Parts: sequence; structure tokens; C-alpha cells
Amino acid sequence: SLSFKMERKTIDLDQGWDYMQTGITKLKRILEGLPEPQFDSEQYMMLYTTIYNMCTQKPPHDYSQQLYDKYREAFEEYIHSTVLPALREKHDEYMLRELVKRWSNHKVMVRWLSRFFYYLDRYFIARRSLPPLNEVGLTCFRDLVYNELHSKVKDAVIALVDKEREGEQIDRALLKNVLDIYVEIGMGQMERYEEDFESFMLLDSASYYSRKASSWIQEDSCPDYMLKSEECLKKERERVAHYLHSSSEPKLVEKVQHELLVVYANQLLEKEHSGCRALLRDDKVDDLSRMYRLYHKIVKGLEPVANIFKQHVTAEGNALVQQAEDTATNHAANTASVQEQVLIRKVIELHDKYMVYVVECFQNHTLFHKALKEAFEIFCNKTVAGSSSAELLATFCDNILKKGGSEKLSDEAIEDTLEKVVKLLAYISDKDLFAEFYRKKLARRLLFDRSANDDHERSILTKLKQQCGGQFTSKMEGMVTDLTLARENQNSFEEYLGNNPAANPGIDLTVTVLTTGFWPSYKSFDINLPAEMVKCVEVFKGFYETKTKHRKLTWIYSLGTCHLNGKFDTKPIELVVSTYQAAVLLLFNTTDKLSYTDILTQLNLSHEDLVRLLHSLSCARYKILLKEPSTKTVSQSDSFEFNSKFTDRMRRIKIPLPPVDERKKVVEDVDKDRRYAIDAAIVRIMKSRKVLGHQQLVSECVEQLSRMFKPDIKAIKKRMEDLITRDYLERDKENPNMFRYLA
Amino acid sequence: MPRTASKTTKKRSKPYTVTSSDTDPVPSASSKTKKSAKENDEKYKLFNKYANTSSGVIDPEGIEKLCSKLKVSHTDIKILMLAWKMKSERQGYFTKAEWRRALKALKVDTTKKLKKALPELEKEVRKPLNFADFYAYAFRYCLTDERQNCIDIETICQLLDMVLGSTFRDQVDHFVDYLKIQNDYKVITMDQWMGFYRFCNEISFPDMTNYSLELAWPLILDNFFEWMREKQA
Repeated sequence: SLSFKMERKTIDLDQGWDYMQTGITKLKRILEGLPEPQFDSEQYMMLYTTIYNMCTQKPPHDYSQQLYDKYREAFEEYIHSTVLPALREKHDEYMLRELVKRWSNHKVMVRWLSRFFYYLDRYFIARRSLPPLNEVGLTCFRDLVYNELHSKVKDAVIALVDKEREGEQIDRALLKNVLDIYVEIGMGQMERYEEDFESFMLLDSASYYSRKASSWIQEDSCPDYMLKSEECLKKERERVAHYLHSSSEPKLVEKVQHELLVVYANQLLEKEHSGCRALLRDDKVDDLSRMYRLYHKIVKGLEPVANIFKQHVTAEGNALVQQAEDTATNHAANTASVQEQVLIRKVIELHDKYMVYVVECFQNHTLFHKALKEAFEIFCNKTVAGSSSAELLATFCDNILKKGGSEKLSDEAIEDTLEKVVKLLAYISDKDLFAEFYRKKLARRLLFDRSANDDHERSILTKLKQQCGGQFTSKMEGMVTDLTLARENQNSFEEYLGNNPAANPGIDLTVTVLTTGFWPSYKSFDINLPAEMVKCVEVFKGFYETKTKHRKLTWIYSLGTCHLNGKFDTKPIELVVSTYQAAVLLLFNTTDKLSYTDILTQLNLSHEDLVRLLHSLSCARYKILLKEPSTKTVSQSDSFEFNSKFTDRMRRIKIPLPPVDERKKVVEDVDKDRRYAIDAAIVRIMKSRKVLGHQQLVSECVEQLSRMFKPDIKAIKKRMEDLITRDYLERDKENPNMFRYLA
Repeated sequence: MPRTASKTTKKRSKPYTVTSSDTDPVPSASSKTKKSAKENDEKYKLFNKYANTSSGVIDPEGIEKLCSKLKVSHTDIKILMLAWKMKSERQGYFTKAEWRRALKALKVDTTKKLKKALPELEKEVRKPLNFADFYAYAFRYCLTDERQNCIDIETICQLLDMVLGSTFRDQVDHFVDYLKIQNDYKVITMDQWMGFYRFCNEISFPDMTNYSLELAWPLILDNFFEWMREKQA
């Protein structure tokens, strides 16, 4: 048998390198586009094996280091001889194309050569901690080509970008390829792209848009400017998508936004005939939506817009208030109050209108909700013709809820209005004042059977409860319940009368028992009732004591109603009057003529009340009594006579008593409650904190009370001083601005 | 109130006769204890000179007499300072104990010596630490009722003039003017009284540039401040 030993012949360095050169030359020819067949597998193997052998030979023929160096030199040589000259002779776009080609070639060269020299990658580089072949190759290009040209390239790219901005067509794919070089040359880091290209591109873009903005802001209206801005931003985003690196997007957008929208924000928004204010005035919903979209992305960009919105709404609101105020001063009292009701309607409409803006144009953004709220808080707390907004709102509710009220609307419309009214209440700082007025008017509706619809009455109380808490509506709810119980009670009373015929007063009597705490306080006079009525009172008292022995009844005659049969000469007429009026009229059953003083003495009323009563019976529409002298007002020297000649086409007439102005009393009651509330709040806070500084105490007090009213700082100070005098608090000895709780 | 008699000497039973000028009682030779007892004796003698014999205290009439002897007006601050020194509890009346306390502290036992001691007393009271205490005392002293804790405007005006008139003339004049025309308060509390003292000490006047409505100054001073500003405008 033949033993065949393959003896490897030692390859000399020069010899080996010469062989490699053939391969390298072939590769170069291929890259240059010269006619050259591709490498076949045998050629590849040979080149690879040559390297392998030269690296695995025994020293001194182990040529790894030399080969590693020659590998790099191969690139350097090629770059210096061919690549750089080719690039240097071209400019602008041509240069860019050449660069892309050369880069592409280089990558191919690196790929092939590193395959040939692969064995170095396996052991040598790791042993010596050297950069791998791939990296060596790329580094050559970077150090020799990129470093020389990147600035020129950057200028050429930016010039093309600006050309495109001006509307010309450019080769986007080319730019993408060029910029990919910046990214790839960073070898995993974005530094080269960012420092050698992006930073300059951003500066250029900023300067480009700065120029554009400065001329557009002069020439264009606000809507047009915004359209252009929106378009620019869209185009820049497209630019990124097409050829810039994605990481440039936020930076580029920020620059464009800054130049177009931030720098000129004030001028843009405040443009006299087309700025934000004008757009609001002219209801330009689309333009305002655009404004929102543009400024939404900018830090604190929406604040000036929200501010203008707030000012606009405030101005509109103030105008409505002023209108109502002017009408009130120029017209008679009754048209004035109609105008005040119209005001509430208009305020509701204003709220609806601008809420739509907040939700739709301004995408429900909290800043705009806040602006709307603050605007309404400003004008909703103004007084109109002496009436506070709290009172106006309560009167408005009363008009909706009472029978024959000015509102002849469907159930749904009423519900909707009540819902909106309760929302408006949120803007009114004197909520407690509203509650008191509302309560007073509710009482009148309930007691004089003037409520149009029970369901609506309950519905608004539910809404008020939801918005303001249970404490707000507890008394009112009590009042409504009282009325329900009163009806049941009346049935029992009638049953009682049925069972005790002797107790029957001979007059149809209906009594409503009210729980004191729920109802507004009423003055009760010790009027001398006619005998018939005295009996009624006694009978009911008797009945009531059978039901409960522990309650005290206080009669409020000022709220009573009486039906009298007036036996006039022509025909009898039923008179529906108040109990007081009835008491006056019944005096004339026994005497024909009475002087003012007579009546005063007999009834035991105050002058103010008596004048009012007599006026309603002798100087108003229905003259049941004749007054001597027949002047238009009642004086203390007058005398009165039953007017038997009185007649009317109706069989039953109602003789109203003009209601006493409750405003003064309501305000007094509320002021008194506030003093207690402030006291309670101060004590509560100090009890828990023990020691507190003045300013903090005041601000916590204001916060605690804000749900019901806005306390006057002076009032708080006054209450604090009172509490000091009453030894609840003391000033700290060292620091007179601190207070201590005294247990 | 009867005092316990000293062991060594007897109290003189004869009433002390009033003469047009004071004379020093003849000092008698005595031991130390004798001397202190004697000193007490002298103070009581002096007390009796002014006291109302039936009530056993110096009453307003007696005080007026004392004032004329001291050659000060009974509205002079020095009398109030004397009252403070003796911790007198009731305006217009000095008890024996109170009298003794003051004279002992001042180290005097005759009217003449007392008169000489007054300027020194004033100096002592005017020291800042003492004056704050004195100022508060002045208010309490004017309260006529145990349950009362405030003083009417008119009295306050007089009191302010007396107590602060010499040191804070400008502030007192303006504030008194204000008190007379305002309607918010009919009486002044201790807190308001002390607040004014703090105001005089801390706030530059009449510019009041360092005053702030945001701080815890009594409301009456806030109102005074606003009134002054309106006048200055």
C-alpha cells in the first residue's frame, strides 16, 4: 500500500501575499464594473486556505499579524488610489451619487475580504484583543473617506432638502441612502448622524422656517397662517418618513413648531381681525379646532389660547349682565323682573354654547374646562338691579316650578332646564344664599298650593342633593314630606270631627302642621282672631293633643287663607283672602263703620301690617271696603265702611296681599348663619391643629366654607377676635401671627 | 384690715394730724426688728393720712389728696405707675397691703420721699420689658367689673393719651381721631389694646410702609390703616 502524506509546504509571506493580491485585484475589477467573472468556489477556497495556512504555520512563518496589517492596507490602498480621487472630482448631487456607490462597493469589498481572511477573526483577533475584520474595514472608510467628506456631503444634502421645501422635486431615495451612511458609519451609535448631519439640518430648518414665519406673520391672517403651519408640519413629518432617520422626527417637529408657532404665538393669537378673539366672536369652529391641534403639542402652548377664551366668555357674560342691568334701570319693576329671568335663560344658553366649544374644539381639555368655569364664576356673581345672582336663580326656579309660571314647556324641556340651572349653581359662590331664597319660595309654593308638578319639585331636589350634598337639601326635603304628612293628618282630623260632632267649629277647617326646623322662620303675631276662628284653633288643638302630647303648636296666621261669602247687594261673591284680611272684614259683621284706630285696637296689629291689609281691601283692584277720604293711600285718620254696592262679574275673586319683600330678611338670616359657620370652622380647625399661623388659618377656613359661600376675610378676622374674647383662642406670646387653641 | 401688732412696739393710737408740710417722724433708737416694725409703722401712718377711716382704704378723694401733695395731676401717668407698682386691683382705691407693697419697693415712707421717688419709678416703668406689662396693666386696671373684658371708646382715648401720649404722640393722635369717628366698635378688647402697642413699636409712622393687611393685626387696626391711607391720598 501507498501511504500518502500531504506535506504542507511552508508558504512564504511575499509569495502568499502575491497570491492574495490576485484575488483582491479580481474583486476590485468586479467592483469597478469591469468585465470579470464572479469568484467560483474553488477560487474562494484557495484564497481562504492560503490565509489559513499562513496563519497556522509554525513560527517564524506564522504571519497572522502581518496579514492582519495587510488586510487593512488593502483597503487603504484602494481608497487612496481609486475611491477618493473619484469622489473629489464630483460635486453636489453627483458627488452624493458617487459616494453612495463607493460606500456600497466598500461594503461588498469588506464582506468578501473578510471571508477570505476569516481565519484571523477566529483566533488571532481574540487572542490579541484587536478589532474584528469587519470593523477594520469599515473604520478605513470612515477614517479616510467619511472624515474628509462628511461636511461637504451634509451641505449638499441640506441644499436638496431646502430645494424640496421650495417645491422642487428631488431624489428622495438618494438622500435616504446618503443618510444611511451616517447611521451605519456610527457602527451602532447615532453620534455621527447626530453630530455631523442632524444638528446642522436642525439649525438650517430653524433658520428656514424663521424666515418664512417672519414674512407670513405680516401677510397672512391667523387662519391662513395656521393652515400653512399645519401643512409645513405635515410635510416635515413626511420628510422624516422618506429619508431622515426616525429619531429626527421629534427634534425637527419641535424646531418647526418653535419657529412657526412659539416665536410668533402672541402676534398670531392677538391678530386684530383674525386672531383668537375674532375667531371666537365669529364662531369659527374649524379654525379654533386647528388652533387647538397646533398648540396642544407645544409645552404651555394652550395657556394663552385658554386665557383668551376665558376673557371672551367673561366679556359675553358681562355684556348679558349689563344688558339686564340697563333694562332694569330704564323700565318699570315688573318688566325688569322679566328681564332678569331672560338673563338666566341667556346665561344658560351661553353656557351650552361654550361648553360645546370646550368639548369639541378644545377636545375636553382641562385647561378649557377651567377657563369656562372661571369665566362663569366672574360674571355669575354680579348683582343685577339690586338682586344677587343667588336670588335671581331661585326666582327663576320658582317661575318654572309654580303654577302658571312663565315657563310653558314640555316635561322634558323642564327637566333639562332644571338640570342646567343646577349646573349654574356651581358657579355661584353664595350657595347658602340661593338655598335660603329657594327655601322661602318653595315654602310659598307648598303652602299656597302653587306647585305645578310634584315630580319636578322632587327632581330638582335630587339634582341639588347630588351637586351640593345632603345637608344642602335636607330641610327642603323635610318641607315636602311635611306636606304629604299634612294631608294624612287632615284626614285624621276630619275623622275626629266626624266622631266628635260637638267639637265641630261649624267652619270647614284645614290645618297644615309644619316641622319647625325645616321651614323658614315666620313672624307670628298675636292677632285678635274673630270668635269663629278662635273656636277652630281650639278644636284643632284638642284633636292634636289626642295624637301627641309632647309637641307645641305655634300658629302662623300670616300664612292662612280664608274663603268668605260676601253678601253684596247685587249678588253674593266668594272672597278668597288671607286670614288677616278675613279678620279685618269680619269686624264689619258687627259694625258698619270703623276707624283705622278702632281696627288697630281690635286686631292688635302693627301699623305696617294694618296699612298693607287695609290698602289691599280698599285702594286696590277690588274695593270691598270704602275708605273715607277716598285717597290712594291709607292713613291713620281714615275710616272704613263695608262696600255693599261692590260687585264683579265673577262669582269668586281672589284678593291678593302684595308679598313682603323677603330679600332683606333672607340676607340677614344668611349673614347670621354665616357667622356661626365661620365660628364653627375656625374652632374645628384650631381644635385639630392646636397651633396655626394666621394666614394658614384663614385659607383653611375659606376652603372649608367654599362649598357654601365665599367668606369675607374681614368677617373671618372679626370672628377670630370674637373667639379670642370668648377664650377659645389666644395669640401666641412670641409670635402674634400665630394662634393657639384654648381647650 | 387689722394688722397684727408688732411684738416690741405698739401702734400709735393717736390719729396722725395733717400739717401743711410734711415732717419726718422722729427716729427712735431701736433694734433691727424694731426698726422694720417702725418702718411698717411709718408706712401705715402715711396710709392713714390719706385713707378713709370708715372704709379702711384710700379712696378717690384720698388719692386726689395724695396727688395734690405729690404735686401731680390725678390723670398723670405717674399715679398709674404707682398703682402698677403696688399691683392695685381696683381703680381709684389703694388698700393697705397694696400701699405697703409700693412704698416698700420704692423704699420710701413719707410723702416727700415718695414724690422724689416718682421720676425714678417712671424710668423703671419705661424700660421696654416693664412697659409692656404696665401697658397691659393699664387696661385691666380700667375694667370696672369682674365680668367685663372691654373698655368703652371714650375711656380708651383718654387712657391712650395718658399711657402712650408722650412716646407715640403722632400715632395716638391719629388713632384717637379714628376711634372717635368710626362706628364698627363701641368698645375695645385687650387684644385690640395690645395690638395697638405692637403697632406703635413695629410700624413706621405715618408712612406705615411695613404694615400688611395679610397679617394677623386686629381688624380695627386694618380699618385704621385703610382710613389713614384714604386720608393720605
